[in-house]
Amino acid sequence: MAMHTDHAHDFEHTGEVPKPQTKAIWRTFIILVAITALEFVIAFTMEASTVRNSIFIILTILKAFYIVGEFMHLKHETKSLIWTILLPMALITWLMVALISEGSYYFESVTNYFK
Amino acid sequence: MSTSTTLEKPNTGTWDGGNEPFKASYGKLMMWFFLLSDAFTFGSFLIVYGLSRHKNLPYTGTPEAFTFSQEWWPIPEKVFNAFPGFHGLDLPLAFVALMTMILILSSVTMVLAVEAGHRMDKNDVQKWLLWTILFGSTFLGCQALEWSHFISGTEEGMILSNGTHIFGANLTINQYGPPLFADLFFFITGFHGTHVFSGVILLIIMFINTVNGTYQKRGHYEMVEKVGLYWHFVDLVWVFVFTFFYLI
Repeated sequence: MAMHTDHAHDFEHTGEVPKPQTKAIWRTFIILVAITALEFVIAFTMEASTVRNSIFIILTILKAFYIVGEFMHLKHETKSLIWTILLPMALITWLMVALISEGSYYFESVTNYFK
Repeated sequence: MSTSTTLEKPNTGTWDGGNEPFKASYGKLMMWFFLLSDAFTFGSFLIVYGLSRHKNLPYTGTPEAFTFSQEWWPIPEKVFNAFPGFHGLDLPLAFVALMTMILILSSVTMVLAVEAGHRMDKNDVQKWLLWTILFGSTFLGCQALEWSHFISGTEEGMILSNGTHIFGANLTINQYGPPLFADLFFFITGFHGTHVFSGVILLIIMFINTVNGTYQKRGHYEMVEKVGLYWHFVDLVWVFVFTFFYLI
C-alpha cells in the first residue's frame, strides 16, 4: 500500500485534504433505491407468476451487480481477481438452479433413503 | 579453462513471485475468499428454502381470500404486514421496505467512509463510520421488532385440525403456515442478523481505532476498506434474502 503512504506524506506537507469524489457513489445509491422501488411496484401490481418471479430474480442480480461492482469495487480490480470470484459463484448458482428445479425428486429420494 | 556461466534470467512474469498478481493486498484477498465461502453458506440456505418450498403446495386462490393454513406455503405479503406503532393496519411489506432502505443507506455511508480513507481524511472517516454504525444498529433493532412480532403472532392465530388454537411461531409450531416456513425464517434472517451484528462490532472497533489515529499513523485506511467489503457483502445477502423470502 505504498500509494497510500505517499499520499499521507503529501498531506503532511500541505496539510490539505483533497475534495471528496462521491458522485459515482450517490449515482449507484439512486440506482439501487430505484430498483428496490420498482420491485415493490411489481409486487403490488402484478399477479404472482413465473414471469413475475423471473423479473424479481433479474432485478436482484442487477442490484447485486451494482453492489459488488461499484461498492465492493470488483469492477475495477484485475481481470484474474474478477474471475476468481465470479467463476465459483457461477458454479454455485448452477447448483442452486439444478437443485431447486429437481428439488421434489431429490427431497423424495433423500427421505426415502433414510426411511 | 573457460566455463561459461549462464546467468539465470530474473523472473519478471506476473506469477513468478515478488509482486501482487491480483494487485490487491493479502488482507483484502483473504477477505474476498472468506466472503466467497460465506456466500456458499447463504447459497445452501437458499437451496434448502427452494427445496422445502417446492415440497409444500403453493396457495392457488385469490390473495383477498387468503387464510393461514398448514396446507400451503403462505404468501409473504400476508405474513409480513405489520408495522410497529400501527397496530391492526394491513401494511404489507412496509416494514421490510424500510429495513431494506436502511441497509442500502448504511452501505452508502460505508463506501463514503472508505472513500474518505483513501483521502486520509480522518474526520470524514469518523463521520461516515458513525452513520454506518447508526444505520446498522437501527437495522438490528428493526429485525428484533420483526422477530418479536413473528414469534408472538396475530390476534386471530390459527386453529389446528385437532382443535388447538395457536398463536405466533417457534421452531415447532407456526400459525402462518407449515412449521418449515418459520424454521427457515428464523435460520435465514437469524444468520443474516448475526452477520450484521458482527459487522456492527467490527465497525465499532474501526471507529475506535480511527479516533485513536491508529490508521492515520499507519499511513493507510485499508482496515476500513476490508470491513467495508464485509459490510457490503451483508447488504448483498439481504438483497437476496429480501427477494427470495419476501417477494417471491
